[in-house]
Amino acid sequence: MHVPDGFFNVAVSVSAGAVAAAGTAVCLRGARRELDDRTAPMAGLVAAFIFAVQMLNFPVAAGTSGHLLGGALAAILVGPYTAVLCMAVVLLVQGFFFADGGLTALGVNITLMGIVTVLTGWGVFRLITQSAHGRAAVTAASFAAALVSVPASALVFTLLFWVGGTAPIEIGTVAAAMGGVHVLIGIGEGLITAVTVATVLAARPDLVYGARGLAAPLVLRGADGDVTVTPDTVERVPAPAGKARPFLLAGVGLTLVLAGVVSFFASGDPDGLERVAEDEGFLAQATGHAFGSWSLADYGDVGGIPVGVAGVVGVGITLVAGGAVAYGARRRDREGA
Amino acid sequence: MTASLEVSRLAYAYPDGTQALFGVDLRIERGERVALLGPNGAGKTTLVMHLNGILTAGHGTVSVAGLPVAKGSMQEIRRRVGLVFQDPDDQLFMPTVREDVAFGPANLGVRGEELQQRVKDALERVGMLEAIDRPPHHLSFGQRRRVAVATVLAMEPEILVLDEPSSNLDPASRRELAEILRSLDVTVLMVTHDLPYALELCERSLILSGGVIAADGPTREILSDAGLLAAHRLELPYGFTVGRGEET
Amino acid sequence: MGAGHHHQLYRAGDTLVHRLPPQCKLAAVAAFAMAVVATPREWFAAFGTYALLLAGVVLLARIPPGFVLRRMAIEIPFVVFALAIPFVGTGERVSPLGLSLSLPGLWAAWNILAKATLGVVASIVLAATTEPRLMLLGAQRLRLPPMLVQIAMFMLRYLDVIMDEMRRMRVARESRGFTARDVRHIPVIARSAGALFIRSYERGERVHLAMLSRGYTGSMPVIQDLTASARQWLLAGTLPGAALAVLLGTALFGTGGVGA
Repeated sequence: MHVPDGFFNVAVSVSAGAVAAAGTAVCLRGARRELDDRTAPMAGLVAAFIFAVQMLNFPVAAGTSGHLLGGALAAILVGPYTAVLCMAVVLLVQGFFFADGGLTALGVNITLMGIVTVLTGWGVFRLITQSAHGRAAVTAASFAAALVSVPASALVFTLLFWVGGTAPIEIGTVAAAMGGVHVLIGIGEGLITAVTVATVLAARPDLVYGARGLAAPLVLRGADGDVTVTPDTVERVPAPAGKARPFLLAGVGLTLVLAGVVSFFASGDPDGLERVAEDEGFLAQATGHAFGSWSLADYGDVGGIPVGVAGVVGVGITLVAGGAVAYGARRRDREGA
Repeated sequence: MTASLEVSRLAYAYPDGTQALFGVDLRIERGERVALLGPNGAGKTTLVMHLNGILTAGHGTVSVAGLPVAKGSMQEIRRRVGLVFQDPDDQLFMPTVREDVAFGPANLGVRGEELQQRVKDALERVGMLEAIDRPPHHLSFGQRRRVAVATVLAMEPEILVLDEPSSNLDPASRRELAEILRSLDVTVLMVTHDLPYALELCERSLILSGGVIAADGPTREILSDAGLLAAHRLELPYGFTVGRGEET
Repeated sequence: MGAGHHHQLYRAGDTLVHRLPPQCKLAAVAAFAMAVVATPREWFAAFGTYALLLAGVVLLARIPPGFVLRRMAIEIPFVVFALAIPFVGTGERVSPLGLSLSLPGLWAAWNILAKATLGVVASIVLAATTEPRLMLLGAQRLRLPPMLVQIAMFMLRYLDVIMDEMRRMRVARESRGFTARDVRHIPVIARSAGALFIRSYERGERVHLAMLSRGYTGSMPVIQDLTASARQWLLAGTLPGAALAVLLGTALFGTGGVGA
């Protein structure tokens, strides 16, 4: 997406900048706790990885390809704090060195693509893995996390657009179009994130932050032949559980603050929000194209269905799918116990 | 006189339980150039990681010029032991050659004019002074390895430890690096399975195999003992033979 | 985002603009972008003056105009979006050439195009005249947390290395007859991504060891001192200063009255 200068009004740009700065500051402290003096090289290399992976084009449907955003993937692989830092740095570098994304829109971009994707991705991931264990659950959770993170980011974009967008487009249509395209992208993001996590899990399970609870207990052999097993992986991920809550709360809080501050500024400028769009089909296609560049090089036509409708349906499907995965995982866990 | 490097009864197991070293003893005198030979998985890298305290001995001791490797002495140990990694891309992490070479001495508190002088001297010794303001990733592989040596020389080490210095070098870079290493006035420990390179540069060789020192002697003698080499999965390149008295 | 991303914008040179300390340039460009964004969209003359100011800087920095134009391709997605707004926007319609266009939509399109373009060109000028490493040091002087600067430094240093690894993996895939065409190929690509992550992470660990081996204790030694003189700040301030003057002048003396 990489919002340029002038897309949002000053109030939104400034508030989002404050949110991005605060979020990054929190994550700087958090990451130092996680990585200690390894923070700089590790986060730097992971940021380079995210940057590279964003260039892997993947096919979404016939004639359609997209690429990864990477927020959820980073959160699962290296933990939410480090992930936000990596995303923020990737966006900083893209803005400073590649003129991609306006400098005054840096806060918006970091909030949307760094903080929101990581927060929702990690939140969904934790929600599922807290109730289900095992590699399959981690993989399924990765899929759901990435799947939800993309439309969530689109949703926040829509929200910002509503309070401080500079274009007179009906908010409902923006939401529908954004939702529709991004659910499609989300599926691609989910698939690629799940397989990537599964691959890393197979080769170096110790490198998957979100699966640290999976390590097998150590076996100790005594001299007289008796075998003892260390108590069942003592910390069944209490560490991330403890961290996830303040992290989620902080996210919700930030969103509320953002919404409050921004709508205060925006209330005087209700132009263009109350009329009906005339040609929804066209809108869907046009905005789809523009926003599609965020992740879709060329998204084509979605089987003749007005994308506006597809969008609403898509958001619904996402929620149902996420819920189903969580429910399934919970049941599996209960039967296993 | 104290040895440059002294390792005694060093044993180490990784956190996962795999034991890599089973009591290593070795002593290297000041000014010696020694090759540490061994097959893959012999524990060479593990041993090297102990020399500057990145890994801490499970048992036994390591001391550098008389100073034992221990928590309190880490900074000084890392100054004394100059470790050159196998992949120069791991070693050259700063944006320019100058900053990279300055990184080590700057961490030791050297600043200003003295720092700049050290950087220049170190680069001069490896013949890379003209690249001082270039980014490392714009250099050739051979040049990067030479700069990697310079980053360590700038710390004025007691002993230079090189991990597979000849790997991935074309013949000309390989020869240039050999000339540079020979010109340096420091103790050198060279970890390699490039046997001709060891013969060319080092008087003495050790074989590390199965986590212990399996042989220690003049390089020429060790390389001419076909049975010994075969027992430790070491091989000379095709057509290369070493006679006890003279080279063929 | 596209493949063009990988090419950095920096062009070595020795002009007045190149020589300015990076923190001055960063602050100047940020302030300029702010002024642009804050300008009401009806003030055509102000935008024209901003464009002239930027053109002056491009000339002063001896950046070929073709270079700037090519690099502006980065904003094409939003240009497409902006052009679509008049068609789908709400509000009063006008019908030039038989097209039904929304008037507020036209205004919005103009607003986004003008501001985004000025912002992109300003960013290109900044990136083209400032060495990446110095830009980061400049950002640090502007109080960007040192840890972020370090992370970005490592990222820039290893970007090429990681990209090369990715390229090798792609060549390996394609030399075995693989091209990504539909959804079924996603797993193949994702497995490459997994392998790439492991390599990146392991390299991070090795870099950390290399840093420890040279006495790193958690903070980067400050080696280079970047100080800017008042004169340099003043010089860099010309661009946003002029923009601000235009902005205030227009506000005080009526719309469109300045620069025309």
